[in-house]
Amino acid sequence: MGLLSKKDSKLIMDPLADNNPITIQVLGICSALAITAQLKPSIVMAISVMFVMGVGNVVISLMRNIIPSKIRIIVQLVVVATLVIIVDQVLKAFAYSLSKELSVFIGLIITNCIIMGRFEAFALGNGVWRSFLDGIGNALGYGVILIIVGFFRELLGSGTLFGFKVLGDPVEKTGLYAIGYENNGFMVLPPMALIVVGIIIWVQRSRNKDLIED
Amino acid sequence: MAINTDKNSYTVIFSIVMVVVVGAILAGLASGLKPMVKANERFEKQQNILYAMGINNNEGANDVEFIPTEEVEAEFKKYIKQQYVFQGGELKENDEAYLIDIKKEETKAKNDDYERRLPIFVGEMEDGQEVHIVPVRGKGLWDAIWGFVALDKSMTIQGVYFDHKGETPGLGAEIKQRYFMDDFTGEEFLDGEVFKGISVAKGNNDPKNLIKDDQEVDALAGATITGDGLAVMLSKDIKMYMPYFKTLN
Repeated sequence: MGLLSKKDSKLIMDPLADNNPITIQVLGICSALAITAQLKPSIVMAISVMFVMGVGNVVISLMRNIIPSKIRIIVQLVVVATLVIIVDQVLKAFAYSLSKELSVFIGLIITNCIIMGRFEAFALGNGVWRSFLDGIGNALGYGVILIIVGFFRELLGSGTLFGFKVLGDPVEKTGLYAIGYENNGFMVLPPMALIVVGIIIWVQRSRNKDLIED
Repeated sequence: MAINTDKNSYTVIFSIVMVVVVGAILAGLASGLKPMVKANERFEKQQNILYAMGINNNEGANDVEFIPTEEVEAEFKKYIKQQYVFQGGELKENDEAYLIDIKKEETKAKNDDYERRLPIFVGEMEDGQEVHIVPVRGKGLWDAIWGFVALDKSMTIQGVYFDHKGETPGLGAEIKQRYFMDDFTGEEFLDGEVFKGISVAKGNNDPKNLIKDDQEVDALAGATITGDGLAVMLSKDIKMYMPYFKTLN
């Protein structure tokens, strides 16, 4: 007996695979390209988006019966903006160098279309608990892709993971570098993120033919 | 109780309440976290000043690693022997000189009655050599650029640190890369007795920057405006310190 009913667990599992916000709905690509050069910012971004989505969905769902429909988009925007400023301030106070590294991209969570999309499509019409699960699920789906991309870009681009030199030292030629391996500097640049995301989409669709559109 | 959420009056009241509530939450949060944010900004300045004089945690050839935040306050005390404020030809000791906001001073100095406060940090290297670190601030292509320059008493650069707010990644943003910043070490601001500044030059045929007495540093390809802005920043801001350096010799 699981913690969640079958219907509820679908809310978490669907965005992870067959309805992934990045690879299937192709939302939130901008931030996926920008901050995935290393693993650490990818994970921080994933956690920040999870916070904004989870809490935001709950807030919108709680207010869904009192929000005037004429200004509902503005209300959604205010909720996202407030939560993003909270994340930004907390990062500035407790993880200053990280907040410098993520710089404008924390602010740009506001424009992450996944968030507004879930507010509008789900939280406005569903209960609090289900909205919360939906938010977390979509954030997980987004985060998983971010972390996969970040992993490959940092490993192949810099030869490190979380800043640790896992492939040996490129300057002193130890480990893999001793036998002539070189870092691929191109992996650090944004275009490679697009290509990595493309490869993930390709792998996912070739494993599940249902996802291929005509 | 059903509310008619379509009425105009309801919409207006809802918006007002929303703005007040959100405003209160954010204002409370910002003032609650302010001390921590301020402390972080202070540590960052100390890290940058120490970096300019060559006190850092660099390991690899391309690293730009600062002294960790937990240690920076102690290290700053250890290496920075004196802090001065130079104002209107007068030199005054001031232990908080590094907190002077260069941007605000720049704005105030537009008023003719105001003598700009110029902070100077005197550091002592491990080998006993004295360096004079001064802050600089200028304009890049998109937004502000700033930094710290460590000079010896003959105005030869001992080290620099540059940073920027929003230069283009891969082009102008490269000013904070090791290979660019390291090029400045050894360059001279004075040609004999005359202040010449340092230009960021495209055609100087010296990409490795081996010629140190030509007042030129190899430019970054694709970042002409950032590079020119940086050269202007160095000339303009360092020149203000000329009277101070004259007193040293």
